[in-house]
Amino acid sequence: MKRFAELLELLALTPSRNRKIAALATYFREVPDPDRGYALAVLTGALSFKNVKPALLRDVVLEEVDPNLFAMSYDYVGDLGETIALIWPHQQSAEELPSLTTLIELFNTTPKPDLPRLIASLLTRPSIAERWALVKLATGALRIGLSARLAKTALAEMSGRPLQDIEEVWHGLSPPYAALFAWLDGTTGRPDIDHTARFHPLMLSNPIDEEKDLAKLAPEDFAAEWKWDGIRVQLILSEGRASLFSRTGDDIAGAFPDIVDNVVGEAVLDGELLVGRDRIPATFNDLQQRLNRKVATQKHLTSYPAFIRVYDMLFDGGDDIRALPWRERRQRLAAWLDRNPQSRLDLSDIIAFKDWDDLGRIRRQGADEHGHEGVMLKQITSPYVPGRPKGLWFKWKRDPNVLDAILMYAQRGHGKRSSYYSDYTFGVWKDNEIVPIGKAYFGFTDEELRRLDKWVRANTVQAFGPVREVRKELVFEVAFDSAQESKRHKSGVALRFPRISRIRWDKPAQEAATLADVRTLIAAT
Amino acid sequence: MAFPFVERNLRITPIDTFIDPPQPRARAIITHGHADHARSGHGAVLATPDTIAIMKTRYGETCAGAFQPLNFGEPLHIDDVTVTLYPAGHILGSAQVLLEHKGRRIVVTGDYKRLPDRTAQPFELVRCDLLVTEATFGLPVFQHPDPADETRRLMRSLQRHGDRSHVIGCYALGKAQRMISLIREQGCTDPIYLHGAMIRLCDLYEALGVPLGVLKPALGVAKGELAGKIIIAPPSALKDRWSRRLADPVLAMASGWMSVKQRARQSLVELPLVISDHCDWNELRQTIAECGAETIWVTHGREDALVYYCQAQGLIAEPLSIQAYEDGPEDADDAGDGE
Ligand SMILES: [Zn+2]
Ligand SMILES: [Zn+2]
Repeated sequence: MKRFAELLELLALTPSRNRKIAALATYFREVPDPDRGYALAVLTGALSFKNVKPALLRDVVLEEVDPNLFAMSYDYVGDLGETIALIWPHQQSAEELPSLTTLIELFNTTPKPDLPRLIASLLTRPSIAERWALVKLATGALRIGLSARLAKTALAEMSGRPLQDIEEVWHGLSPPYAALFAWLDGTTGRPDIDHTARFHPLMLSNPIDEEKDLAKLAPEDFAAEWKWDGIRVQLILSEGRASLFSRTGDDIAGAFPDIVDNVVGEAVLDGELLVGRDRIPATFNDLQQRLNRKVATQKHLTSYPAFIRVYDMLFDGGDDIRALPWRERRQRLAAWLDRNPQSRLDLSDIIAFKDWDDLGRIRRQGADEHGHEGVMLKQITSPYVPGRPKGLWFKWKRDPNVLDAILMYAQRGHGKRSSYYSDYTFGVWKDNEIVPIGKAYFGFTDEELRRLDKWVRANTVQAFGPVREVRKELVFEVAFDSAQESKRHKSGVALRFPRISRIRWDKPAQEAATLADVRTLIAAT
Repeated sequence: MAFPFVERNLRITPIDTFIDPPQPRARAIITHGHADHARSGHGAVLATPDTIAIMKTRYGETCAGAFQPLNFGEPLHIDDVTVTLYPAGHILGSAQVLLEHKGRRIVVTGDYKRLPDRTAQPFELVRCDLLVTEATFGLPVFQHPDPADETRRLMRSLQRHGDRSHVIGCYALGKAQRMISLIREQGCTDPIYLHGAMIRLCDLYEALGVPLGVLKPALGVAKGELAGKIIIAPPSALKDRWSRRLADPVLAMASGWMSVKQRARQSLVELPLVISDHCDWNELRQTIAECGAETIWVTHGREDALVYYCQAQGLIAEPLSIQAYEDGPEDADDAGDGE
């Protein structure tokens, strides 16, 4: 994303047309697929997000910034996206933004209720230049004086191909334009825009409400599977060619040659893309290594081999079987896999269970022992219905991970919380020392916030500007999505989406977690 | 005398003395040498020795009837008012003015910043009952980055475009010398070329003990020799013919305003360097919180947002609209608001 942010800034500030073309050409030449293809798409306005909109960003910011101050700032700056980028009050430079491709995928696949948290976490990471690019991307305000014509001219300059040829091929291709770039690079012929293998929209699930839904559902009507922590893909095998699409229909075959070069048969399959040796799923973090790269290096192919855990079948050979009940589709899928032995595909297991309580236990055990995200429930008679039909498929996610950490530093909040110490850095024991493992700034009622603020003021050891170091005596229960190794943090670990779930006024700091505990969680998540 | 003993035009009532008055006055305390604070034509001027030297260099030896130097931290008793100057960290010699009268303390910050700067005496926090603060960057969108990081962006651009001269627009007093010093901190020992308007004040800084390395006038140097070199020029020179005579220059500007892309674009700046000699929003808030004042007067910039913020904190706050500041006085070298 850093590279893309640099390009954007240059395009925004360089008055010279020739210099813009040269910068674009260099970018397209040096940046791998599909990042460059997505960059092309966003710069020419060919991409928009269903749920990520300017209003969403504004709401996220207004959670953190006083609305009157925001209005005065917007009035001064004159551009909503730039105001948001400049005013965001939190900065934690430890983590870099993911790649452009991953960001687009996150914007497209993150469920709507989770988007504000995602946006807040992304805004908190980068430098202002990257934040500006991020906001521009998210608000779709990227046509910074760049016409599609200019972009095509840059492609012509990059490849030496005539502009007219590029324009002809352009139509009928869609982001991230892998075929276009392969042709421009000279690695394939002119793209055949008559695709036989088309992406078929996926069937999605609804989150389950344990109290309301489970009582109404009969356990015997449902099959359960683990919810795998990878990315949802559609694999199309047709006429000896394999195509691989992300959940949003983006062609990701180029990034996973280890899959598309090693699958056989004719079918359209639905499954989870994972990485891991011997088809034992590694962490999402490892998968991220592959997603970030996009053109996989030999090292990545060896260290993080990819495979697909298949759970459904849309076409068996040329037969459209989407109208058949799930049970029958599953039988056809199993039979197809028997007929077409695969090294990069396997079948997602069915979990046997007696009743919902039993499955609840299995789900928790799976989460604790194997780090499973939860279970999927599929009505055994359900046809394959694109979109998110009600009542057929459910996801039952595990409870978040929690650990007890010790408050180390408190910082003044912003906006309506600006008079309180409301940003907290917390740590865990490492021998006799406490090392920081994360920072969070949400999750309290105003009442709790006041009490905590009072505690911070009464227990300050040292103040550095807006930051107070406090006595290492107060324990927070911190919930988080997963724990990861991190070279950037002194403690060597980092938490994904940490939030403070409870203040443990009762708990002595001696009983808080240790770094070793966190490492155990890494192994499990 | 009722509190406060300073009026809204910054006249110190008991001693009939003005701070940074825009019109000629019999007695003036001058916080620093920028044109919107230091004018010629006052009767008697009280200021730091560095500020007096700067005023004499800019306006001539006789720009005031009399000068009285006052060192930082030395209290001066005038009738029943005690005046003490504290470093403001803004430019060389820049001072905050502490006024004490009948047990009450008022601080007039002048322009100030809290980020480190080798060319200015570092800011000192002064506790007070009433704070008169500037608010040049008094909006939460102003969060100045680390100036060293910004300077590194300049150095990277120089590496990448070794064939192009880099012209950096800087105000002649303060910003130019700080920019040069920041470049030196990156280990660059090459000669830096100066537009004519920069030379006098750079010489003065060196004479006052601020080392700036090898500086050469840009005038008369052949085009080719300036390729890949740094040239410091006043902001106005970016737009005029002066820069066009250079070989395909990268136009840069060092200013807090450069964080706003539209402002950079308007100035035709290709390489905006967000380097400011004023507090950003967070430094302003920090100072207001730390100085302990319950009353805040806000001047010199975006008063409304900072006043609103202070009031939301339960402080008494009001804007001072001092005419001369609002007009943004134009000086021969674009002193503007000191950025
Ligand atoms: Zn000023
Ligand atoms: Zn100034």
